[in-house]
Amino acid sequence: MGGASRDPAWYDRPVSRRAVTTAGLLAPLAALLAGCGSSASAGPRTLRVLDTYTNEPDRSFIGKRLEEAARRAGVSLERVSVSGDSLIQRVLQQGSSGTLPDILMLDNPNLQQIAATTALRPFDELGIPTEGYADGVLAAGTHGGRVYGLAPNVNTIALFYDVRALDEAGVEPPTTWDELRAAAGELTQGSRYGLAFCGNATYEGTWQYLPFFWSNGADEREITSPEAAAALGLLADVVGAGHASSSVLNWSQADVKDQFVAGRAAMMVNGPWQIPELETIEGLEYGVVPLPVRDPRTQEPVAPLGGEVWTVPATGDRAKERLAAAVLTDFLSDDSQLTLGEQRFTVPGKPALAGEYLRRRPEMETFVDLIENARARTGLLGDEWPTTATALYTGLQLALSGQASPAEALQEAGEYV
Amino acid sequence: MSSTATTTSTTAPARSRPAPAAGRNRPGAARARHRRLVATLFLGPAVVYLLLFYGYPVVQNVVMGFQHYTISTFFTGEAPWVGLDNYREVLGSPLFRTALLNTFLFTVGSIVGQFALGLGIALFFRRRFPLSGLLRSLILLPWLIPLIAASAVWKWLLDTESGAINRVLVGTGLVDTGVPWLSSTSLALGTVIAVNVWIGIPFNAVILHGGLQGIPDELYEAGALDGATRGRAFRHITWPMLRPVVTVVLVLGVVYTLKVLDIILGLTGGGPANATQTLATQSYQLSFTTFDFGQGAAVSNILIVISLVFAAVYLRLNRRAVDE
Repeated sequence: MGGASRDPAWYDRPVSRRAVTTAGLLAPLAALLAGCGSSASAGPRTLRVLDTYTNEPDRSFIGKRLEEAARRAGVSLERVSVSGDSLIQRVLQQGSSGTLPDILMLDNPNLQQIAATTALRPFDELGIPTEGYADGVLAAGTHGGRVYGLAPNVNTIALFYDVRALDEAGVEPPTTWDELRAAAGELTQGSRYGLAFCGNATYEGTWQYLPFFWSNGADEREITSPEAAAALGLLADVVGAGHASSSVLNWSQADVKDQFVAGRAAMMVNGPWQIPELETIEGLEYGVVPLPVRDPRTQEPVAPLGGEVWTVPATGDRAKERLAAAVLTDFLSDDSQLTLGEQRFTVPGKPALAGEYLRRRPEMETFVDLIENARARTGLLGDEWPTTATALYTGLQLALSGQASPAEALQEAGEYV
Repeated sequence: MSSTATTTSTTAPARSRPAPAAGRNRPGAARARHRRLVATLFLGPAVVYLLLFYGYPVVQNVVMGFQHYTISTFFTGEAPWVGLDNYREVLGSPLFRTALLNTFLFTVGSIVGQFALGLGIALFFRRRFPLSGLLRSLILLPWLIPLIAASAVWKWLLDTESGAINRVLVGTGLVDTGVPWLSSTSLALGTVIAVNVWIGIPFNAVILHGGLQGIPDELYEAGALDGATRGRAFRHITWPMLRPVVTVVLVLGVVYTLKVLDIILGLTGGGPANATQTLATQSYQLSFTTFDFGQGAAVSNILIVISLVFAAVYLRLNRRAVDE
C-alpha cells in the first residue's frame, strides 16, 4: 500500500504478465492454507455443537435449552444443524480430519457404531450422571459396558385411530392381532383404507415392523423364527386383503401421517412427533392406543425405542471436553427433560419423571407407558445392528409385495445381507 | 489426454526448425529449452488436475475394494487388507444378480426409449413451422429441472391412490382401481425406466437435432430427383450421415444411464423388494447406509469396468470413423 500511495499513477502501469501468472498460481494455494486454518477458529470458551434439528419448532426448542445450559456453564455455543441423512457422513469427515464437534447428537441406533471407533468419551470419565434412566435408554447409549450417550427424551410408535371412523363402523380400538385384522377390514370403505403404516425399504420400515416382531417373542439374533414370520404375516395379510394400500411399500412415516390426515386411512402406525401437526387439523378427532399383540394374556406390547442421544466426542482437548460435559449435564437435567418433553411431545428419559410429565401432557399417556419397557434396537447386536436392520426391511418388502411367503421372505432376506 | 497429444506435436516441429542453421546452435538450444519449459508449465496444471481429481479417486477406489473399510477407518485410519473378500461377498450375494439384471434392463430400456423418442422429436423439429423454436426449447425442460425435484414430483403423480395419473385413469374408466406404478414389483422397474426416458429425451433430441442440421439440403434435393423421399431418404441419406452422431449419443447415453442413482433413490429407493435395485443403488447403499465402504467400492469398481468397456467401444468406433 505504501508504494502505491507514493506513485499516484500506479494503477496506470500495465501489470506484467508474470505478476498475473504468479498471483494466479498462488491464489488457490493461499485459499487452501486459509481453509486449513479456519477449522480451529473456535475460542477456548466456545463449544461446537452438531445436531440434526433442522426443522422448526424443534430447532428452537433444542437451541434454547442448549443456550441456557451453556450460559450456566459459562461458555458460548457454535451450533450447526445438518439433515439427518447426512449426519453420519459429516461425522466421518470430521473424524478423519480431526475436527469433531465438542457436543454431538446421534440417532440412537448409530451410537454403538460410532462409540466402537473410540471417537466418543465415556460418561463415567466425564462425570455426567447416568442414574435413573429407563433400561432401553441406557442400553441404547451403552457400548462395551460403558455409557457414551444419553437421550433427554425418547419416543416410540403406537396405533393412532380416527375416533369418528371407528364410531361410525362400530369398531373398538383393536388390542389383538385378530381384532386388528377385523378392524382394518371393517374400516376399509370406498377410498379409505383400514390401516396405514410404513413398510419402505429403509430403516424406517424396519422400525415399524419391530413392535410386532418383538411383542410376539421374536429375536433379532434369529430373524427366521416362526414368531418373526407370524408378525410379518400379520402385516402381509392386511396388505394382501386390500385393507392397507400396497403403497405402504414406498411410504415414509410422514407419508403415512399425510394419508391419515387426508382421511385415506382410519388407523395408522406412527409416533408422537406427529401430534403437533395432528392438533392443527380441523375436525380431526384421534385416539392413541398401544400396538396390538397376538395374545394379550401372555404378551405385552414391546415398543422400539426412538430418540436422539447426546455425546461428547474425544477431541483431545481435555478442558473443552469438561466444559461440554458440564453443558450436557445441565441439558440432561430433570427440568430440561420435562420442558423439552412438554414442548416436543417426547417422553422424558427418566421414568421417575413420568408422573409430573403426565400432569403437563396427559395426552402422552400411551407413550409414557410404552417407554418403560421400550427396547433399544442395538441392545443385543450393538454395532452389528445395521446388517440385521437391512435384512428385516428386505424381508418386509418381499412379504408385503407378495414375492414370498413371510417365512420364505425372512429366509431369503437373511441371505441378502 | 488430448491436451498432451496436441502440445507435444506442436512443440516438436518448432524445436527442429532452427537445426539447419548450425552456426546459431547455442541460442537455438536455449530457445528450445525455454519453449519446452513453457510447454511443461502449461501442461502442469492439467496434469496435476487430472492426477488429483481423476487419478487419485480411481486408485483410491480400487484399493478400497480390497480393504475392510468401515466407519472405524475414519477415526483410526486402519483399513485391513482383505484381498478378494469384498468381491467374493458381493458377487456371492443373490442381490448382485438381481442388481446386475436390473442394471441391464434399466440401461437397455432407457436407451431404446430415449433414442427412439429423441430421434422422432429431432426429425419432427427439422421442419420449420410456427412456434417451432418455442416448442423446441420446451423440450429441454426435463433437463433443466433438478433430478431430485423431478423424482419427487413423479412420485406424487404416480401414487397408487392419490396420484394424478391414476386419478385420470380411474376417472376415465380405463382401470377400476389405481395402478400400483411404484409399489408393484412387476411394474416398478418399467415405471422407473419410463421416468428416466422422460429425463433423457432432451439430451438425445438436442444432439441428434444438431447432427441433422449438419446434413446438407443438396443431398435431399439430389435424392428427391432420383426418387428418394420420406422413408427412403431417411434410410439412404439421413441415417448414414447421422451415424457418427448416433454412436456418440448411444455410448454416452449408456455410460450416463449405468450410473443413474438419484432418480431411483427418489422414486423407489431400490424397492419394492429390490425390484429396482441396480449396481449404482447397491453401491450407494453399501457405502452410505450400511457403511461398508469396502464392499461399496467393490460394486462401484465392477460398474466402472462395465462403463470402461463401453468407453473402449466408443473410442474404437470413433477411430474407425476417422480412418474411413
